Amino acid sequence: MKTETPNDSSTPPPTIVLGVIGADCHAVGNRILERLFKDGGFKVVNLGVMVSQEEFISAAIETGARAILVSSLYGHGEMDCQGFREKCSEAGLDEILLYIGGNLVVGKTDFSLVREKFLKMGFDQVFPPGAAPEEGIAALKEDLARRIVAKAGN
Amino acid sequence: MKYLLADIGSTFTKLCLADVEQRTVLGTTIAPTTVKTDVNQGVEAARQKLGKKAEDVEATLACSSAAGGLRMVAVGLIPNLTAEAARLAALGAGGKVVETFSFLLTEADLGRIRALRPDILLLSGGTDGGDVKHILHNARQIQNHLPDVPLIVAGNRSAHDEIRRILDGRREVWFVENVMPDFKQLRLEPAREAIRRVFLERIVEAKGLTRLCDRARILMPTPEAVFKAAVLLSKGIPNSEKGMGELLIVDIGGATTDVYSCAEGAPALATVRQRGLREPCEKRTVEADIGMRHTASHLLEEPALKEIIRENGAEWEEMQTWTQTLTGNPGRLPQSEKEQAMDTALASAACEVAVGRHCGRWEEAFCPDGRFYFQDGKDLSNVRRVIGSGGPIVNSKTPRAILAGAKKKDGEPALKPRDPNYYLDTQYLLWAMGLLAEVDRAAALEIMKKNILPLTK
Ligand code: B12
Repeated sequence: MKTETPNDSSTPPPTIVLGVIGADCHAVGNRILERLFKDGGFKVVNLGVMVSQEEFISAAIETGARAILVSSLYGHGEMDCQGFREKCSEAGLDEILLYIGGNLVVGKTDFSLVREKFLKMGFDQVFPPGAAPEEGIAALKEDLARRIVAKAGN
Repeated sequence: MKYLLADIGSTFTKLCLADVEQRTVLGTTIAPTTVKTDVNQGVEAARQKLGKKAEDVEATLACSSAAGGLRMVAVGLIPNLTAEAARLAALGAGGKVVETFSFLLTEADLGRIRALRPDILLLSGGTDGGDVKHILHNARQIQNHLPDVPLIVAGNRSAHDEIRRILDGRREVWFVENVMPDFKQLRLEPAREAIRRVFLERIVEAKGLTRLCDRARILMPTPEAVFKAAVLLSKGIPNSEKGMGELLIVDIGGATTDVYSCAEGAPALATVRQRGLREPCEKRTVEADIGMRHTASHLLEEPALKEIIRENGAEWEEMQTWTQTLTGNPGRLPQSEKEQAMDTALASAACEVAVGRHCGRWEEAFCPDGRFYFQDGKDLSNVRRVIGSGGPIVNSKTPRAILAGAKKKDGEPALKPRDPNYYLDTQYLLWAMGLLAEVDRAAALEIMKKNILPLTK
């Protein structure tokens, strides 16, 4: 697994953990996300496909990641993500950002309902099917900047 | 040019006299040693037995099992990530990992570590640029509660400056590169090298083995010598001499059983996914509870032994008595045919259990388009060469029956070799060739090839 880092600034780039959750083996989008997030200035730890919640969490702890980006393409996302936020808290990852995108449920459901559901489960951002990775990158930069400001304000 | 190779520090001092030009072993001898006697006496006694041949040797090179082995404790963050990486580094350096700890060290953990009296503590945690919280906490705990344990720090590089401040004034501490610099990326060599250095500088001295040093150069712990021989035998010398290819070595001893593999062991099917660490191609494990004498009674609890006894039509009660005899008197050798058979049964059970623990496993999972498997550890099912070393196998009349324990049985979950050919380290010289390789790799390789022979029956 390569984890190149862009050298555009003096502070180290924030680390993110990326992967496709559950028994889902759709690999194409995952590769694209890895490439684009690297180019976008992140250190990407890509766990690939068929990743369990535990693997996401262990990787995030060891690497000191700021965010976990979950993909789910095959329609079982809701089941696979049950209790994810709670498990993070339990493992001491109190401040980690959780993002999710892909085809989160089977068939065509009103996306606002889907988003609602995943926000309630503790995800910070929920992306609709076919969302452009750039959207995710912009949101992540904004969320991380906001966290830093919030910390400085404390 | 002749080299005298010595293995010191265990119940027997072993010597091997090798001629590098002739590429042969001129002789091997052993002499009993006790903890109380000077190691030099053991070496001298063994050398006497070699006679005139052992005159004018170029040098004496030694490895040492340092009276009971190099006791190590490994500390990391996540059990199957940096803690496992630290454990693998310690094992690869010839250490006996008495326990591995993860996450934040509690006071109970520190008490336990103190009770374990490790020779070296290896501290890791976090990838470079990753978590610092755990390793800093653990460094503080170690500094406060275990100020005298020799410590090697091989964790997140970003935390090293702060750890240096925490450990200010500590006498025996060494900093090396991270065992896992990037996620699931192992770099075990720097930690291994540090362990070896500490072993030589400190432990050898502490255990009173320095007196030998004016006569011999102690180079490494004995298991590391075997490990080096294993790698050389498997890989050969690039662009000059071919190796044997992927292999597995089983070395059963009186107290412990070592298993070495040189094999990639990556998932062989598209429906199998590696989980946890991708283990190194060259891997050593040591089972501290599995052996032929001091620890023989532990084997009674292994289903493998029951099965073997059942197949051989022996009596369980007799086996119980036999292991009791051995635990009380580790020097005891089998005297009747029956005792011989029981010893063989014990050895094959030891082999079966130790190889099983060394190999990886599959866990079945289901997904929308069918079944797939998670693989933990290495898949050694396609390894075709299983080599037996160590006294109990080499001196056995039925080495093949013992090594058969390395073969996968129906229903066994471990990914053991499916269809191996068996070989024997006929003169018990793997350890010696690991030492000789330090001065002449080509000679060591050729001597191994001449002496490690297929077992046909
Ligand atoms: C190729 C494919 C397969 C291949 C996968 C090969 C491989 N190893 O990659 C195979 C044949 C194996 C396969 C199998 C299955 N598939 Co399929 N597959 C597809 C297909 C045609 C293309 C997927 C793809 O590569 N897209 C291109 C990439 C670039 O897009 P993407 O994956 O959506 O990812 C992008 C975005 O979603 C976004 N994104 C994704 N995650 C995240 C996360 C964040 C944080 C952000 C910001 C953005 C983001 O960015 C990515 C990059 O641009 C889709 C249909 C489709 N046209 O999408 C069906 C599809 C995904 N598969 C589907 C199904 C049902 C399956 C199966 C269950 C059974 C089946 N019908 O074959 C199995 C499941 C196997 C398993 N265990 O996972 C359904 C899912 C239905 C649902 N969710 O409602 C789809 C939508 C087809 C359909 N319309 O029915 N499939």
